[in-house]
Amino acid sequence: MSCPFCERRGEVGTPAFTEEEKKNGVRIALAGNPNCGKTTAFNKYTGAHQHVGNYPGVTVEKKEGWTSCGERKVLLVDLPGAYSLTPYSMEERVVRDVLAPERPEERPRAVIDVIDSATLERGLFLAVQIRELGQPVVLACNMMDEARKAGMRLDIEKLSARFGARAVPTIARSGEGLDEALRLALEEAQKPCSPLTISYGPDLDPALLRMTSIIEKKKILISRYPARWTALKILENDDVILAQTEAADREAALELLAIRDELTTHLASTLETTPDAVISDYRYGFIHSALKDGVIHKDNAKDRLALTDKLDKVLTNTIFGPVIMLAVVYFMFWTTFIVGAYPQGWVEDFFGWLGELMTSVLPEGLARSLVVDGVIGGVGGVLSFVPLILIMFLIVSFLEDSGYMARMAYMLDRVMRAFGLHGASVMPFIIAGGIAGGCAIPGVMATRTMRSEKERMATMMTLPLMTCGAKIPVFLMLTAAFFAENQAGIMFAITLCGWAVALLVSLFLRKTVFRGESTPFVMELPPYRLPTLRSILTHTWERGWMYIKKAGTVILAISVILWAALTFPALTAEQSAPFEDKIASIDARIAPLDQRIDALNAQIEGADDASKPAMRQILTETVEQKEALEAQKNDAENELASETVRNTWGGRIGQFVEPVFRPLGFDWRTDVALLSGVAAKEAILSTMGTAYSIGETDPDEPDSLSARLASDPGWSKTVALSLMLFVLIYSPCFVTLVVLKNEAGGWKWLFFSMAFNTAVAYVVAYAGTLVGRLLWG
Amino acid sequence: MSQMNLRRLAPGQTANIVKITARGELGRRIRDMGLVPGMSVQIIGRAPLRDPVALRIEGSTIALRNSEADYVDVEVK
Repeated sequence: MSCPFCERRGEVGTPAFTEEEKKNGVRIALAGNPNCGKTTAFNKYTGAHQHVGNYPGVTVEKKEGWTSCGERKVLLVDLPGAYSLTPYSMEERVVRDVLAPERPEERPRAVIDVIDSATLERGLFLAVQIRELGQPVVLACNMMDEARKAGMRLDIEKLSARFGARAVPTIARSGEGLDEALRLALEEAQKPCSPLTISYGPDLDPALLRMTSIIEKKKILISRYPARWTALKILENDDVILAQTEAADREAALELLAIRDELTTHLASTLETTPDAVISDYRYGFIHSALKDGVIHKDNAKDRLALTDKLDKVLTNTIFGPVIMLAVVYFMFWTTFIVGAYPQGWVEDFFGWLGELMTSVLPEGLARSLVVDGVIGGVGGVLSFVPLILIMFLIVSFLEDSGYMARMAYMLDRVMRAFGLHGASVMPFIIAGGIAGGCAIPGVMATRTMRSEKERMATMMTLPLMTCGAKIPVFLMLTAAFFAENQAGIMFAITLCGWAVALLVSLFLRKTVFRGESTPFVMELPPYRLPTLRSILTHTWERGWMYIKKAGTVILAISVILWAALTFPALTAEQSAPFEDKIASIDARIAPLDQRIDALNAQIEGADDASKPAMRQILTETVEQKEALEAQKNDAENELASETVRNTWGGRIGQFVEPVFRPLGFDWRTDVALLSGVAAKEAILSTMGTAYSIGETDPDEPDSLSARLASDPGWSKTVALSLMLFVLIYSPCFVTLVVLKNEAGGWKWLFFSMAFNTAVAYVVAYAGTLVGRLLWG
Repeated sequence: MSQMNLRRLAPGQTANIVKITARGELGRRIRDMGLVPGMSVQIIGRAPLRDPVALRIEGSTIALRNSEADYVDVEVK
């Protein structure tokens, strides 16, 4: 059987690398199961010479790096961890697309398959499939140190000969064997490739032969996949390959499908089995026969997993398990928000300083307002989260790499499943604010580790309903104003409410938008390992950088738009004249008082002791008069500010939508504040402050605003409750939306999340209003 | 020698997988993780809520939901 891929490779032994490959590096792929030490190997190979991106359309990380072997430059592609080459998970699909890309020039020359020596069979199961795809494979039998310690020995020679691929014992952590593996991979890359052909037994083999001949005759996808591989995939009912086959040749596809259906019926009636089951049985059969008589020597007295089992007895214990998990989560939050507050403060201070610097450098006017309030305020707000995100991901990466994260999913799966979610949804929820004070952005990014698509989407869409740190000041202000007697209780209730709404909404989404059977849970609980510092730091940095880069660019634009919405159109001279006049007239009254105070002060200096008390009395009265006038002036200035906001586009939108939100008890000021809250939830309080003409409100000290609202006849406990519920649930902030768009893969999810969450918020807040009326009249 | 469902296997008990009755994606995932006829499995624990269940199979620990374990037939040694 001729191989279409060999034509590019030239004859055996000839230097078949192209000039381009010599210059840019020979492409070698690094494949393997999750937790096999592949990433450690990749880091050892490439050092700092790596590049992380995303595969187009999916959120699987694309990692490439450069290394060299002697003279030869190598471009190493780190594939996501996969158990198989089925099209079920995004990772597996990516692995397949990298190994057999649409453009043949992107096809890797060879694959180094990293295998955890302790789970050799499962590792080889992937290797068989890569070999069937026609890729030359070098087996890196990794974690040999652990295996040796556990009394396991491998006959590498025998394994290589039986399996038909050269094998090297490696220890990725120390780098042992890695150079040899790369050298062999480059050698294999120059040999003519020969896709592995194994027998699939008396039922499948004849069918495969018939299908292969059709595929070869009609030249279906033969420049991309070996014909037999395509036939196997059709038998396995692989919808991606089926679609590609149909696109290539409809008629032939029907013929192939007919053969498959015939075989499927035959297998069902005679053996009560399916083609894919038979295929996997024969693959394992091939592996077992390659491993039989003496390839593996196991000393059964020692169990590599003894320590893991002991730890699991405690860490997943019925009683201790949940307690320890709570402690771990609490520690995570404590570290992130208590320790992280310091660097966060530094970043905020820096932007505060920069804002002041710009205020003093730039002349007063629009340009200054744009730079200081729009750009520095907006970007600074986003970047101040970076320290928190880095610390949180440092801990999350540790939990992930150590193997504990998988246990959390394992312990909580039963609960999450009741709501159509997956055990692995827990961590993202917690990060997003399952414990008050989280942040939805790292939460959304943490859903990447989830392998089940529908559950992942439902998790992502409901994460923003948690009480993130930016919503808390709003709750604090409102509880201080209306529920001062039971602030802590209400805050706790709000957090619980976040959970309840998120879980119920995800249940709803799983029954509607993301309808479908729950994805199989089947997952590995990897052995506990102490993660390497390097892998944790790389992980953390990659995620942190992604946040800075993506959120940073978009938030800049949004900040400017929002600044403009709350700045333009400015009041005309005519509109502002009454306010200006009032301020000027108060100023005119303050000026003589100032003079009088100065004069009195001078007089007191020179006066004799007898007349001093009387003069002091007059001075105090004058100062009081002046203070009263200054308060009036302040009010007038705030009125002007409020009028300015009311007149802007943002203010007008607020007034326009006022009737819609009237049933919830909100007036236009609250509506504008909610609108600005879409940019960042922190902005809700400051906008409310401006609109309620009490001047800028510092989110950390919202006392004046809460006093103002408490005395406002338009406000009541009921309105406060309804606003708290609305803020908890409505549209996520813009950074979250942008991250959501990237992770969910499309703008439609951005708009969906905005509209859907706001609709849910409306309904829940309205229900809250009804309850409030019942309770408080 | 008695054949039964994996769900009914007691903790610590070892058995051999006889048949995977799951179809489609679930069947594929179960087999991909190394749960294939002939392999030996042992129940090593259950989550605090008794579901999922953790299995030892050929040097690794695999967790399965009870409803998924129903698709695995085993034979106790």
